[in-house]
Amino acid sequence: MRVSYTLDSSLDSVNKIEQVAEQCAQRAGFDEDTVPHIAMAVREAAVNAVLHGNAYDTAKHVTASFETTTDSLIIRIADQGPGLDEDKIPDPLAPENILRGSGRGIFLIRAFMDEVNFRQLHPGTEMTLIKHRTPAQPGT
Amino acid sequence: MSMKVKTRQVDGITILDLSGRITLGEGSVTIRDAVRDVLAKGSNKILLNLADINYIDSSGIGELVSAFTTVKNSGGELKLLNLTKKVHDLLQITKLYTVFDVKDDEATAISSFTK
Repeated sequence: MRVSYTLDSSLDSVNKIEQVAEQCAQRAGFDEDTVPHIAMAVREAAVNAVLHGNAYDTAKHVTASFETTTDSLIIRIADQGPGLDEDKIPDPLAPENILRGSGRGIFLIRAFMDEVNFRQLHPGTEMTLIKHRTPAQPGT
Repeated sequence: MSMKVKTRQVDGITILDLSGRITLGEGSVTIRDAVRDVLAKGSNKILLNLADINYIDSSGIGELVSAFTTVKNSGGELKLLNLTKKVHDLLQITKLYTVFDVKDDEATAISSFTK
């Protein structure tokens, strides 16, 4: 099953994407500890797209797709921003960064998902978040 | 649900009882304004009671860190009280649990501030 949305660059869109992620994770059979982790990771990716990618530009959109396969829940979040160099993302655990007031979003996404991939769209960035299902999880 | 703040004083310590979500566009700005307000009134010993915070994102975590450094730079102390499991786990993952002074009992927290 696959659903996709094209949304404004707004916090309402972030909330919508988070809600859909939570519903998809529940339907995919993830447990009660994992569902909020997936929802949070997807929220962080959506915040990244709206805030850092599109910079709240009303002329730019965020696309979010949710796909449940036999093996995984796959979420793709894309923006139309200037692009993101993942090699230049600071490590928030480094002593010089630990007291920074921002910069933990992608770290949390990586902590909660099994795979995180970036693809440059020229313009924009697509982030793919994958959480593997275990054989015991029902649903499609 | 957006975040709410109730302020009270106990033995010279300002306790901010927070409830709801601390996220980008919701609680983050509210915390920032509340802490600035306390500092502006001349108090720099602040206890953030997070017992009723049911959700926090990376922006919210960042706001807690910013509040901590703002208060510390003003010569004061900011401590955290009553973390929910979700908030506790996030502070562990981000290695911030040991940065903050975290308490799970209000009386102990109050007495731990420098007099």
